[in-house]
Amino acid sequence: MTLVLDEDQKLLADAARDFVATRSSLKRVRALRDDDIGFSRELWREMARLGWPGLPFPEELGGAGLGWRYLMVVLEELGAGLAPEPLVSTVLLGGSAFLYGDPDLRREHLPRIAAGDELVAVAYQEAGTRYALDRATTRFAAGTIVGEKVQVMGGSSADWLIVSAHGPGGVGLYVVDATRVRRTRQHRIDGRDAAIVRLDGVPATPLGGPGLLARVIDVATIGLCAEMLGAMGAAFAMTLAYLKTRTQFGVPIGSFQALQHRAARLYIDLELCRSATMHAHAVLDAGGDVARAASLAKAKLSDAFLRVAEEAIQLHGGIGMTEEHDLGLYLKRARVAEITFGDAAHHRARWAELSGY
Amino acid sequence: MSDLDTFRAETRAWLIANAPESMRAPYRTTEELCWGGKKVAYPADVLRWRDACVERGFTAPTWPREYGGGGLDKASAKVLAEEMAAQRLRPPLIGFGLSMIGPLLLQEGSEALRREHIPAIVRGDIRWCQGYSEPGAGSDLASLQTRAVADGDAFIVNGQKIWTSYADKSDWMFLLVRTDPAARNQDGITFLLMDMSSPGVTVRPIRLISGASPFCETFLADVRVPMANVVGRVNGGWAMARALLTHERTMIADVFRDRDDADRLRTAARAAVGVDALGRIADPVLRDRIVALEIDQACFDLTLARSRDAAKAGARPGHESSIFKLVGTELNQRRRDLAVRVNGPQALGWDGPGFGEDDIKATRDWLRSRGNTIEGGTSEIQLNIISKRVLALPEK
Repeated sequence: MTLVLDEDQKLLADAARDFVATRSSLKRVRALRDDDIGFSRELWREMARLGWPGLPFPEELGGAGLGWRYLMVVLEELGAGLAPEPLVSTVLLGGSAFLYGDPDLRREHLPRIAAGDELVAVAYQEAGTRYALDRATTRFAAGTIVGEKVQVMGGSSADWLIVSAHGPGGVGLYVVDATRVRRTRQHRIDGRDAAIVRLDGVPATPLGGPGLLARVIDVATIGLCAEMLGAMGAAFAMTLAYLKTRTQFGVPIGSFQALQHRAARLYIDLELCRSATMHAHAVLDAGGDVARAASLAKAKLSDAFLRVAEEAIQLHGGIGMTEEHDLGLYLKRARVAEITFGDAAHHRARWAELSGY
Repeated sequence: MSDLDTFRAETRAWLIANAPESMRAPYRTTEELCWGGKKVAYPADVLRWRDACVERGFTAPTWPREYGGGGLDKASAKVLAEEMAAQRLRPPLIGFGLSMIGPLLLQEGSEALRREHIPAIVRGDIRWCQGYSEPGAGSDLASLQTRAVADGDAFIVNGQKIWTSYADKSDWMFLLVRTDPAARNQDGITFLLMDMSSPGVTVRPIRLISGASPFCETFLADVRVPMANVVGRVNGGWAMARALLTHERTMIADVFRDRDDADRLRTAARAAVGVDALGRIADPVLRDRIVALEIDQACFDLTLARSRDAAKAGARPGHESSIFKLVGTELNQRRRDLAVRVNGPQALGWDGPGFGEDDIKATRDWLRSRGNTIEGGTSEIQLNIISKRVLALPEK
């Protein structure tokens, strides 16, 4: 179980980096914050033509059969560019839900997801549930779902929703036609699509029982860590460049030892985060204690990404605080990513339970 | 069966036949191992094990046969290490001779110095210590002042070294001396080998806040050192020292890891504060602190593994040793601190009645750990190295 990329993965990373450099500027990202769905359907189609949504899924289901590490390198590069296209909601959450859920629904939906022809959102969050996945007031009974979900990532544009609801035997996941629900786009600080979804007796098909959602969230957590790693790296690179070029008192500020040491600490954190992210993806590919690896990585990256973003602004001085500068975009994404799927304290507690502490 | 397979089978058989059973027992600290030299009496089994390995060339497996080494290639040396590990055998000989001065002499030493010193290192006859730091030259090692003045075919050496580990137990010292005060600091330093029994050498152990330590002060008063004992060339000693410093840093990061650390802390915490209804460490703040440490430790261990994977894949080694030294020592300090917190009032004993042996050791270990981020290159120096050599941040 190696912790370094092979040549093919490095080539894919190069291709993804080039894609972001030529097709996704931060200017574009800013503009999408006011967009109805928060991303470009055209760019999503281009990503689909490159095979990205299908990378981890089995070939017989329309995927590339390459596993999660290949998606990791793409997510890292997209994360560096803060590209908002819905890999997290459709591929990580939706795709894994179908991958581990009912086989018939899997055969129906995964090929379309892999081809980029179907958008999916997993609706699990309710007002007041915080990070708990096993509590839901949303109920499934007699083939329909009643309830309300909030901050559903990718909710505004989804063709299908996978909804967590209290059914027989506990909280399970159910597939719902998204055109049958009432949804309202929400505006979170990172500008990406999230929606309030109201289900008023909408027909629903069971996808899986208790335990499926936790499994899906673990996969998505690991993939989110890859995106966070890329974003952290970009914010750090921007800051390093600034330290070398910004002069005050007649010298580059990067020659001040206090700032050098702070930058060195951020670099160390980045390296530790890379190891945890790589490890989690390796465990996912090889099969192993995925939950523990996910919580290890998320606990580390939740704090680290936020700290890098905060330090980046501090090291930039006043200009880092302006809306015009790009760092604010990274800070906002850091906060959203920190809290998505559970913050550091939540994952430390979870890792503790899984590890016997 | 390949040559390597034959070697493995023969080695395994030889180890089974020749390693005393007591050499398979686990050891707590490196103090229990054989460091060689004439000043320490070792148990009979330790000497038997060492001598058997000396005869086979197993104390220095990859060194040239002509000096007493095993002459093994990398693959065979790996097989030997695997077979010894499989039988839980402790290394037959350790010390700065094997780890530092020996490799340097093989690389840079004259043939005469190699013939004089390598066999003695391999046999464990001579124990070496390192004379670098001085009271006035710590992080700024290049500013060292111990003076060596030419007198015929020898140098007369005057000065003082500090923080010399095991100087009182060592037979020889490799040290840095100033041979050209007029030159730039780094350009006036010479790397010398010195017999500790030479007239004029005085050694005094240093006591730390944690109690006894292997560190010593070494006073040099008109000590005569033959010029033939220069390694490299006169005034070319700084380059020799730099090569050894990097090696020392990697060693130190490993040295403070105890195999059972994580289990020990968890077990102690559960015993000290109890467990709650869900079987968790009952104090949530303490639990979170311990878990935060173990998560950081896991990330560190994974980074070590990733660095090894990268090396296997052919990547050139960078300055990872600075990251590892810095992070490894800080993790160790956090661990020692948490062990004290877990013990509560029982952690306050120095010695004597009312305090358990384990508790006293945990507290001494915490006190000693404060030095980890200072010795072998301070954390601040590591941060400087990362800033300049990895991040390429500018000089003033």
